[in-house]
Amino acid sequence: MMNSDNEVSKMTNFSEETVNTSNPEKVILTMNKIQKSFDGLVVLKDINLTVRHGEVVSIIGPSGSGKSTLLRCATFLEKIDGGEIIYLDKKAVTTSFSGKVCYTGKAEMKEIKKYFGLVFQQFNLFPHHSVLKNVMEAPVNVLKRDKAEVEKEARILLEKMGLADKADQYPCNLSGGQQQRVAIARALAMKPEILFFDEPTSALDPELTIEVLKIIRQLAEEKMTMVIVTHEMSFAANVSNRVIFMDGGVIVEEGDPKDVFGNPRQERTKQFLKSYKEE
Amino acid sequence: MTFGTMLSTMAAGMLKTILLFVLTLLGSLPLGMIVVFLKKSKFKPIAWITDIYIAVMRGTPLMLQLLVWYFGPYYLFGFSIRGYKFTALLIGFIMNYAAYFAEIYRSGIDSMPIGQYEAAEILGYSKIQTFMKIILPQVIKRILPSVTNEVITLVKDTSLASALAYSEVFSLAKQISASQTSFMPFLIAGIFYFVANYVVAWIMNRIEKSMQYYK
Repeated sequence: MMNSDNEVSKMTNFSEETVNTSNPEKVILTMNKIQKSFDGLVVLKDINLTVRHGEVVSIIGPSGSGKSTLLRCATFLEKIDGGEIIYLDKKAVTTSFSGKVCYTGKAEMKEIKKYFGLVFQQFNLFPHHSVLKNVMEAPVNVLKRDKAEVEKEARILLEKMGLADKADQYPCNLSGGQQQRVAIARALAMKPEILFFDEPTSALDPELTIEVLKIIRQLAEEKMTMVIVTHEMSFAANVSNRVIFMDGGVIVEEGDPKDVFGNPRQERTKQFLKSYKEE
Repeated sequence: MTFGTMLSTMAAGMLKTILLFVLTLLGSLPLGMIVVFLKKSKFKPIAWITDIYIAVMRGTPLMLQLLVWYFGPYYLFGFSIRGYKFTALLIGFIMNYAAYFAEIYRSGIDSMPIGQYEAAEILGYSKIQTFMKIILPQVIKRILPSVTNEVITLVKDTSLASALAYSEVFSLAKQISASQTSFMPFLIAGIFYFVANYVVAWIMNRIEKSMQYYK
């Protein structure tokens, strides 16, 4: 029984990979006309965002521009007030003509949630679980996968993160950079189609920031689809295929990082980027 | 009455005290959890009733509550139940302590950072899985010192059963002391409570230490 299950999962993985390579332009996430306000304060105004397979999208902008809220809406931690969210071929949220927002049913939502992972600014590791267990728990409990097989994969992931020797440690004994790398491993263990990062290095000092960015860069080289909210401008310029500059709940400018950073068209973008150069 | 007979008479009371203590814990620790869920219920009337229940349990003397549970059926419905005394005591103690435990659990649950819930949600945990696997284990560690306090108080509060003349150790001490005009029974009772609490504190300390592997 267990064996046949494994075979099925291997087969589906295989077929997915075939689709991915044959169609690199596959759209993973579509967000249409996203609206969100908190107590009358409009945070997102008609945001459109499309992310294709293998793309690395950086979202930059001043505090309060709505970039974190956009990620939280995409991952359903916040409910949108209007718009559409589609993952691959599954419509997660739709809005009717009358403006009624409709989230899809529980069962389909559960399937959709498997498509994405999120890495938090504050890591949010489970402190009562060892590093290894942090990585293993969700695949075992949520995906109901075989424990031994998951452990094998988890150890490979930890090795990739440079944390092979920390498997039996507890999060409280790790540095911030190490904790964030465990959080990335935990997200990757679910084999998401797309990985979101919400200011992954904002809680880290410069040295620890570098070790986390190195991992994200490595994932980008492996064609992991990622959306990264960040304040690390040079990182955004070097690693992403596309940069989105947000301010006041709208996308002010969007495009190739060379253009957005080297030759911004909008006055607001120039002003924002200047504040970084003066630093 | 020799010291030996005094001690052996009181030993029966000690067993009754321990029985009352253990059964109260077995009842009130889980019931407290149910009370928290009722208090956090989205259906407001249930939450209000639970609030009133907690307010009454904490706001009136336990001794009075015991008397109400025991004599209530007679005064309200005009009948008395044979052999009801121990049951009345258990109901009184469990209902009272469940209210206190519920408040301790609530403080622990409310102190959990929202990030733990969000991380679990993103990973696809169901609400029940999140509570059982992520929240509850951490809450237990946080509330253990408060629970220890409450358990120690319970050991001493069992003496309130003497209000219903239930022959636990404190009732017996009073009776024997009066009939023998001796202070010795109170001394024996005092030592008994002290030793019992020493054991409780030792056990709880061991449990606390076993959870110190993480911060």
